[in-house]
Amino acid sequence: MLHVTINGIDHEAPEGMTILELCRREGIHVPTLCDHPDLRTKGICRICVVEVKGSKTLQASCSTPLVEGMEVMTTGDKVRRTRKTVVELLLANHYTDCTVCPKNLSCELQSLANEYGLTELRWKERRERIIPRDLSSPVFVRDNNKCILCQRCIRACQDLQGVGALANLWKGDRTIIGSAFNKPISEIVCINCGQCVAHCPTGALHERYSVEEVWKAIDEPGKVVAIQTAPAIRAALGEEFGYPPGTRVTGKMVTALRMMGFDYVFDTQFTADLTILEEAHELLARLKGALVEGKSTNLPMTTSCSPGWIKFQEHFFPELLPNVSTCKSPQQMFGALLKTYWADRMKLKAQDIYCASVMPCTAKKFEAGRPEMGRDGIQDVDFALTTRELAAMIKQAGIDLKSLPDSEFDSPLGESTGAATIFAATGGVMEAALRSAWEIITGREVPFEHLDITPLRGFEGVREAALTITGVKPEFSWLEGVTLKVLIAHGTANAKTVMEAVKAGTLAPHFIEIMTCPGGCLGGGGQPLPITPEKREARARAIYAEDSGFKIRKSHENAAVMKLYADFLGAPNSHKAHELLHTKYTPRGRY
Amino acid sequence: MLRESLLMKIEELERKHGDGREALLPVLQGLQREYGFIGEEVVNEVARKFSLSQTEVFSVASFYHFLNLQKRGRFVIRICRTISCDLKDKDKVQRALEAELGIKLGETTSDGRYSLDYANCMGMCDQGPSMMVNEDLYAGLTPSKAVDIVRGYR
Repeated sequence: MLHVTINGIDHEAPEGMTILELCRREGIHVPTLCDHPDLRTKGICRICVVEVKGSKTLQASCSTPLVEGMEVMTTGDKVRRTRKTVVELLLANHYTDCTVCPKNLSCELQSLANEYGLTELRWKERRERIIPRDLSSPVFVRDNNKCILCQRCIRACQDLQGVGALANLWKGDRTIIGSAFNKPISEIVCINCGQCVAHCPTGALHERYSVEEVWKAIDEPGKVVAIQTAPAIRAALGEEFGYPPGTRVTGKMVTALRMMGFDYVFDTQFTADLTILEEAHELLARLKGALVEGKSTNLPMTTSCSPGWIKFQEHFFPELLPNVSTCKSPQQMFGALLKTYWADRMKLKAQDIYCASVMPCTAKKFEAGRPEMGRDGIQDVDFALTTRELAAMIKQAGIDLKSLPDSEFDSPLGESTGAATIFAATGGVMEAALRSAWEIITGREVPFEHLDITPLRGFEGVREAALTITGVKPEFSWLEGVTLKVLIAHGTANAKTVMEAVKAGTLAPHFIEIMTCPGGCLGGGGQPLPITPEKREARARAIYAEDSGFKIRKSHENAAVMKLYADFLGAPNSHKAHELLHTKYTPRGRY
Repeated sequence: MLRESLLMKIEELERKHGDGREALLPVLQGLQREYGFIGEEVVNEVARKFSLSQTEVFSVASFYHFLNLQKRGRFVIRICRTISCDLKDKDKVQRALEAELGIKLGETTSDGRYSLDYANCMGMCDQGPSMMVNEDLYAGLTPSKAVDIVRGYR
């Protein structure tokens, strides 16, 4: 144990702890910029400097380990003046158009300028956009004129996601962050997950906004505009309106969407329940093929609801694409049903319906635009908004979310169960699938108290579980005594490790759930900023609480989904289901 | 360039330098020696061999001034631009070479023979002005000496 003082007060700290870590533990404010709790320490920006007695120069607290007897001052004139100069220098190379910047009021550099009382720009070198913006991607916009080279995007892309699409290019004062041969985003190996955006402190990276297009669609005469909202939105949207992280705003969100002019407010959870039934039956068919008929049926089967993971797989493991479930994601199943099943019921033509979605995700924008996701020249989903875009729209509409009463989703595409809600958390799809699969196989509820399969929950990057199946129904006699092995991974860097082991044959589970973003959808690239581990935990608590509050918590008991099968689809994995709810993938390769 | 010969060259360099990340730079240097520059195909194949992304390889290659990312002349002449050489009339040497070759700094002659470029300090500060032609180092230059040296590379 080390004995140190901070601002004259004694503290004890374990060996190896940095000054910043101790300050955070003790609630002592030290500003940071290049540091992020999700990422490796880099010590680039120098905003976190503190005075260490005996050192000639100020030290970066993020990368300075404590030593016995250290005396640290986090305040004082020298520290204040230095930090102010650091902000001024960062602003010298930052194109400053705050009032029209997408990150206005959520920019960490702007907050620091405010914190250090800047009243003018001492060096105004970048008055214009001297580097053209990269507008090549349907998902992201990059504006390198606002980049401060903190490298948070690089570390997110490399360390959390295992993609490595971003790096420093050139050197010295010519350094920019970009990709090989400075290619535009649309031409590089990028999975569209948006973790770079979620970790960018400035306006250098943001999603491509669909807000104006959606307002226009709402106003278009003769068109019906329906919106679907993903499970993770309800547990995070409140943060944009001053609620503490983990506050559920489901009912208020529905009210706001109606006030904004959406004709129908539906729930992606409806098709999350449907996904469970399609995917569980697909898994059972593959298991039967392998166990009974001795066929090679591409086990382990991996989930397919996370579009970043799909593109990751297409780039990094194209040879394992047959292992990915053919189920479309809930967003896409929803769009397909809205423009067929629901359109028929409502006596509407598909071309007169707009389908908007609110997703915690930037990759959903790319997914909605995939050529295979539609029919007769009509895309199933027309606009995919992020949680942040929805919050912006609610504000633009002059709506005070906090003051709104609760209301319910429209029927039938708004009916859902607790099993669908937990899609938002890592492990949730697996838990929902097991709640249904177990009961389909045995006729009994899954043997966990309150249906909470707690071994699947948590934030460990890779989690494994095994469940021995007993007391099966006669038609599933081939599963009696079989131990079902499942695995969960989140963050594609973890997924990469898992898939490499699967490829090498050292890991052989039956079913793998993969979520692209750390924490699952609740930590998605389209969620409110800044993103932190504490916020992910709070959102997860909200998601599991929402699940517990449902009367029905098993996908196969969703009455509206069962009616959909009876009236329209026939049975899970039927010909019609395949036509509308399943898809094919595109091997892309990495090089 | 034939993909097979490129792969063979990379394998040869890997045998010499290893296949860890730390071998990336000597492998890139070896490929430049072979092909004159690090083009897209080279970046691609090196990335595949090292299980890195193209961007990581490009990042390293773009950091080092002595690695060319575009096709250059057969002989790359680099004039030192740092203070000591500058004080010893490096400008005159540069102007003489520009006149001799008919190109400006940063350009390549139309026959593809010579490229003219600058370099930072080559450690010859006491004997400036200095320059390099490919990997050969010359110091104590005058304008006419520099022109004679360059004429020797044909």
